[in-house]
Amino acid sequence: MNIVVLLKMVPDVVEELKIGDDFKSLDSDWLRYILSESDEHALEQAIILKEKYGGTITAVAPEAPEVDDALYSALAKGADRVVKIKGEWDIYRAPGLAFVFTRFIEINNLLGEHTLILSGSQAIDDLEGELVYYLAERLGLPGCCVVTSVQYNSDGNSITLLKEFSAGLRGEFEVSLPAVIGIQAAENPPRYIPIAKIRSIMKTQKIEEIEIPLEGVPPGIAIEKLFEPVGLERAEFLEGNPEEVSRRLVEIFSEKGII
Amino acid sequence: MANGIIIYIEHLKGIISDISFEILGAARKIADDTGMTLYAVLAGKTVDSLLPGLGKADLVITIEDDSLEMPNPEAIADILNDVGSAKGITLFMVGGTNVSSGIGAILSSKQKIPLINLCKNVRHENGCILATNQLFGGKIFSEIKIEDSKGVFCIYPGSYKSEAGKSDKFPQTEKFDYKPKVSKIKFNKIIEPDLSDVDISKEDILVSVGRGIGNKDNISLAEELVAVLGGAVSASRPVIDQGWLPLNRQVGKSGMIVKPKLYLALGISGAPEHVEGMKDSSLIVAINKDPAAPIFNFAHYGLCADIEDIVPVLTESIRNKKG
Ligand SMILES: Cc1cc2nc3c(=O)[nH]c(=O)nc-3n(C[C@H](O)[C@H](O)[C@H](O)COP(=O)(O)OP(=O)(O)OC[C@H]3O[C@@H](n4cnc5c(N)ncnc54)[C@H](O)[C@@H]3O)c2cc1C
Ligand SMILES: Nc1ncnc2c1ncn2[C@@H]1O[C@H](COP(=O)(O)O)[C@@H](O)[C@H]1O
Repeated sequence: MNIVVLLKMVPDVVEELKIGDDFKSLDSDWLRYILSESDEHALEQAIILKEKYGGTITAVAPEAPEVDDALYSALAKGADRVVKIKGEWDIYRAPGLAFVFTRFIEINNLLGEHTLILSGSQAIDDLEGELVYYLAERLGLPGCCVVTSVQYNSDGNSITLLKEFSAGLRGEFEVSLPAVIGIQAAENPPRYIPIAKIRSIMKTQKIEEIEIPLEGVPPGIAIEKLFEPVGLERAEFLEGNPEEVSRRLVEIFSEKGII
Repeated sequence: MANGIIIYIEHLKGIISDISFEILGAARKIADDTGMTLYAVLAGKTVDSLLPGLGKADLVITIEDDSLEMPNPEAIADILNDVGSAKGITLFMVGGTNVSSGIGAILSSKQKIPLINLCKNVRHENGCILATNQLFGGKIFSEIKIEDSKGVFCIYPGSYKSEAGKSDKFPQTEKFDYKPKVSKIKFNKIIEPDLSDVDISKEDILVSVGRGIGNKDNISLAEELVAVLGGAVSASRPVIDQGWLPLNRQVGKSGMIVKPKLYLALGISGAPEHVEGMKDSSLIVAINKDPAAPIFNFAHYGLCADIEDIVPVLTESIRNKKG
């Protein structure tokens, strides 16, 4: 039961985002990078599966700011092997990443009969979306996204998973292995690892580095421009101290017949 | 320009999804502006009962097969690919819903055409198809231009009014011959949400907490407010994923669609996946520390402030008012 987890760093959107001088990318001076939230859940789901059924976890991420921290943290959580793919990543989006990742799997001979490939179901910078399905198509495997639970079936050749639809509806599916699955949320929230544990891992374990030849990588589609949201009606902002704005809100609620 | 657009009509449990009407309206406009033919692909175990109302399409292409009982992205992409090849069309529109997720990337891989995700406004200008996309949780928009009519546009739900795609005309139809392939994904069953304690879609007032609430204990701030205001506590996805509130409290794309008289958003950034679930509320009030939070683009009233400073005072004011 080998699991490969694909991770990617993305800009933290709680921070201020500034558009770069080219109007086509974000100004990287302003960005703080974090591990894509759903990737964090994918890693957690992998660890839950390993704890239940055994097996090994390989976590791989393209080079990006702060990625070493994320990979050491993956080791501390229970990944057996972590790999950083060297290179300039900004220009390669989902189709390009799927190409590179497929090469990574081939070069390392990672695709076994029961291999499970997990990733986040969607990243925040996802213009060309759906990496999981691009990968599934390249590898000739079944793919499924927006998944919130994965169990191995007793036959050992398949998994049962829950996929979210809308309005709180979910679907249960059975998928034969090997497969590529996009995790939206793990069965449990991602575990917390104390910094001290990550520090000690940094002293004893290593991040492997690999370069992937890029001939044939599909180009991403060109962005004409980035801009801040326009054409939306902004809220009327209430100003003042907490007592003043509360009083104003109470008036508004009364006017609208809410209280 | 190309000679046509192909759109996918999504449906679940015998009901056409709203997104399909949004796309019908959007694609109708592009087709009218360019003289293209609008084809709508409708696939399922049986589809006759779904046909009335799809009259905005020039032709509805139907595929019936037992294997299509549940919308399987692999099979749908396969069908769209076959229909596209048969008609010589390389321009597609599909819904950016959980149900349809995957169709775009599989079709893009098969046809070797780009997938443009998170589109909120797809339009025709000077022989090109343009799209606006919402990235980074709705904080930044991008613009994409396709000059050769080749692409799969994934339309974000709620981007268009579905009324524009509705029609009481019965459409022209054509059956399409499709040989299903063996799938490695088997559908078992649908799981309904557990609404035994509360159905937030039926509440008049929702006090909704997001990650900005900080920790589980702080949820009591919202509960105390609800105790004086009425209604129920709901939440954004991270609060549910952390296990701070049960699944049936989630508002949004995967959660419940709500339209209360008052939606009070506490520490919710207003990501598209959340807004999808609450944007039609009658009165939206947002409290958030970040003046650039996208929620302020949807709220009627905004307070740029810390939840912990405002909410206890607000609760007290309402208690006094109600006496
Ligand atoms: C396929 C898919 C389905 C999804 N389905 C859903 C869904 O159903 N529902 C959903 O909600 N999301 C859903 N999401 C997730 C969505 O993209 C966002 O990640 C999520 O809505 C963010 O939640 P949030 O606003 O609570 O958190 P954040 O985006 O982290 O925002 C927290 C906000 O709190 C503010 N804040 C912090 N501290 C304070 C304070 N003390 N006082 C006031 N404000 C404060 C911050 O400024 C920030 O704006 C889905 C995503 C995907 C990809
Ligand atoms: N090695 C990898 N290369 C690329 N993308 C990855 C990789 N690993 C994971 N992704 C993740 O796959 C998910 C889907 O990406 P996307 O298709 O861009 O939405 C995201 O959560 C990405 O962060």
